[in-house]
Amino acid sequence: MMRFLLPLAAFIVLVGFLAVGLGLKPREIPSPLVGKPAPVFQSPRLHEPDQILSSKDNLGKVWLLNVWASWCVSCREEHPLLVELSKSGIVPIYGLNYKDKPELALQWLGQYGDPYTVSVVDPEGRIGIDYGVYGVPETYVIDKDGVIRHKQIGPVTIESLEKKILPLIKELQG
Amino acid sequence: MIPDLLNTRGRKQIMLLLTLALLSPLNWAKEAAPVAEDPVIEKRMLALSEDLRCLVCQNESLAGSRADFANDLRREIREQLKEGKKDQEIIDFLVARYGDFVLYNPPMKPTTYLLWIGPFAFLLIGAAILFFYLKMRRRQIEEPSLTDDQHRHAESLLKDDKGNNA
Repeated sequence: MMRFLLPLAAFIVLVGFLAVGLGLKPREIPSPLVGKPAPVFQSPRLHEPDQILSSKDNLGKVWLLNVWASWCVSCREEHPLLVELSKSGIVPIYGLNYKDKPELALQWLGQYGDPYTVSVVDPEGRIGIDYGVYGVPETYVIDKDGVIRHKQIGPVTIESLEKKILPLIKELQG
Repeated sequence: MIPDLLNTRGRKQIMLLLTLALLSPLNWAKEAAPVAEDPVIEKRMLALSEDLRCLVCQNESLAGSRADFANDLRREIREQLKEGKKDQEIIDFLVARYGDFVLYNPPMKPTTYLLWIGPFAFLLIGAAILFFYLKMRRRQIEEPSLTDDQHRHAESLLKDDKGNNA
């Protein structure tokens, strides 16, 4: 009896490990910045390069910081959702135009719509490093005290919006 | 050869070379080549980034990756080294932003115990199984000892056998 039970048990354990492994997303690395104050940045606006936006101006409100670029293919995937979200007026979305050329970025927004209250530029990816950005698009939920509450790696989806981001925003705004 | 160089055609070529040589510094002025600017810093940067993981292509180190992201982080490390920061300060800087995942040599703490101890635990478990298995097997194949009667019987059988074969 043991002759069969033992290999069977080992096999089941192995299948269990593999099943869990299939569900893991190695590309999504938990950010150590969640629960920490969002790094402060002062950067020129995309539309008005002579004006500087400071992230400190957003203290007191819940906001989203969406890292995007015109060269980023997955950004196009999530873009319609962001446009819709901005129309709903639930939460202001600020854009971080990551390692992009302003003219291409403006053209891109013209083509696909501009959901951003303000976009700031980060041509060399320095703000990106401060925020631990390693793959655009990334979206941060930042609360009234300027603390990062959630980081979405990769495109925002209807599922992630409904299950995580919107309930969290509601809770933080309440 | 020398008179050859001094004829008009040779002189023209030399002039052309000189002009090109004079022009080339204008090309350098465009962008400072970041590599080998300061060999000491470059060496330290490489040594440091050898032990750091590129988060975009996760099986490559920051030193070995050609990803844009790795390039940016190498630039950041280089700049911080130039500012006189210590290696550990730079590692802390990166860990604060990207987490322990960026380290190829993760620290010992509750979340990484399994990672550090796991292989040795499996080795111990494997050695224990092997030990008990071998012990069991030895018991099974132990030669049964014969009584005197059985010995005599066996010998007579062997003798018989010999007689038959001869």
